[in-house]
Amino acid sequence: MAEIELLPHNVPSQAELPELVEELTTLNLGPTHPATHGIFQNILKMDGEKIVSGEQTIGYIHRAFEKIAERRPFYQITTLTDRMNYCSSPINNFGWHMTVEKLLQIEVPKRAQYIRVIMMELARISDHLICNSILGVDTGAFSGFLYVMQKREDIYEIYEEVCGARLTTNMGRIGGMERDLSTTAIRKIRDFIKTFPPVLQEFEKLMSRNRIFMDRTINVGGISLERALSYGFTGPNLRAAGLDYDVRVMNPYSSYEDFDFSIPIGQSGDTFDRYNVRIEEMWQSLKIVEQALNNLPEGPYYADAPEYYLPPKKEVYNNMEALIYHFKIVMGEIDAPAGEVYHAVEGGNGELGFYLISDGGRAPYRLHFRRPSFIYYQAYPEMCKGSTLSDAILTMSSLNVIAGELDA
Amino acid sequence: MLSNQEVAEELLGKYGDQVFDFEEPYGLLTLSTTRENIIPVLEFLRDHKSYQVNFLTDLTGVQYPENKGKEFMVVYHMHSFIHNFRIRIKVSIPEADIHIPTATGLFASANWMERETYDFYGILFDGHPNLIRILNIEEMDYFPMRKEYPLEDATREDKIDALFGR
Repeated sequence: MAEIELLPHNVPSQAELPELVEELTTLNLGPTHPATHGIFQNILKMDGEKIVSGEQTIGYIHRAFEKIAERRPFYQITTLTDRMNYCSSPINNFGWHMTVEKLLQIEVPKRAQYIRVIMMELARISDHLICNSILGVDTGAFSGFLYVMQKREDIYEIYEEVCGARLTTNMGRIGGMERDLSTTAIRKIRDFIKTFPPVLQEFEKLMSRNRIFMDRTINVGGISLERALSYGFTGPNLRAAGLDYDVRVMNPYSSYEDFDFSIPIGQSGDTFDRYNVRIEEMWQSLKIVEQALNNLPEGPYYADAPEYYLPPKKEVYNNMEALIYHFKIVMGEIDAPAGEVYHAVEGGNGELGFYLISDGGRAPYRLHFRRPSFIYYQAYPEMCKGSTLSDAILTMSSLNVIAGELDA
Repeated sequence: MLSNQEVAEELLGKYGDQVFDFEEPYGLLTLSTTRENIIPVLEFLRDHKSYQVNFLTDLTGVQYPENKGKEFMVVYHMHSFIHNFRIRIKVSIPEADIHIPTATGLFASANWMERETYDFYGILFDGHPNLIRILNIEEMDYFPMRKEYPLEDATREDKIDALFGR
């Protein structure tokens, strides 16, 4: 066998090598990146796969709600609140209604309060369901997401039965609900209470103790309680860091004091804790829905506030006063008393606050929305500093940043 | 449970006539202070041993164009989780000298809230690390939430009543 002639390698000497320069890569994550689940941009400086720093740009879907609200009668502002956290619109709607009721000092009947609680807790379930299942998708577990979507669909069907809409619900009115719970709605809620637990159990079985999921989420995107408070965290993200602050318990509204439920908390504030807090909150929400439905009081579903509550159609056609009020309300000719109100509700992402200044006119003089995700999203660069890009995606996903709420 | 009276007296004792206009709209203790004193007051409440009002819930601006010399107002909402106590602090500033010290040194969350307030009203927060627009585009050359930029009016008095037979 002929010997193979080895060609001499042309190895450059050390002196000839070009000097290695360490460079950071700039990576544009967004504005329209499928993994950000919304329109916002992160300009990341990367050292290899590690994130060194991040710069956020938001405001891509800013719609100037606070400005628009200064020219709208109170009842028309509800449709603006729909479009903030669109994963749980009923909470926003009722939060706004309760703010106005506080300003007007209207006492809403128990039945309406209980119906509101049912709808708000269903909304919370659909909000958390989306967040957790999308977190699964970001770790590569797609089937769980598809499986639980069926239950969100059921919740949307309940919305449809109660108010006629699915996503941007415009549910309820100032002073109560627009209509009573129909027998179909009650049947659908009962069905949901029965069929949801096995689905959530199976979802948990798929995710919670899944080795891959745990490895991907434990100790990822953690934040200490001290930093979380400084950054204005509220809601599940704060509770995952270890503080049991929940507006429903601390400042009960809409009869939340009547229900028996507990507040789950985490310890390390990492992605896994946020996931677990949301899962447990869904169980607690379901418990509240069940209690509210079983103890649903009899009585009217709207307050006796003819100047602000749109009268039933039957009254409008047969009763002079009702017709006048109907006209005045629809034309936005009702003056609200002057006053200054801050009212907060526990939204899907945390404390959703409404700061309303009324000068006695037909529209608010100033309305400010305290949007939870706008306030805590600024912690994101600090949370993902030093982690890999794929972990940063999970951190963002588990924070549940909703673009509509971020930009208002 | 902390009472409004108790906190008001403590603040009056510490700051004297630098805190004024005490009110209780819907049970929420509301007071005003000057921009020289706002950061000390916030810090005092935050670091107070028993009150622990250490959560900045909200920070926003309001404009009162008719109130000459006090055209703009910055409103702080604070919360103590220990006592479940909320407090609202207001600072009025003139349009001619539209400056107020930043609270970013005390609360990390103040960063974006102050940027938003600047974006909407043009209120300048002295010492802010990155005071640029946040929701609107950089190129915008006005501050859209100011009252001199009205929206089309659908609800107020300038509707033509004659059209409705009145």
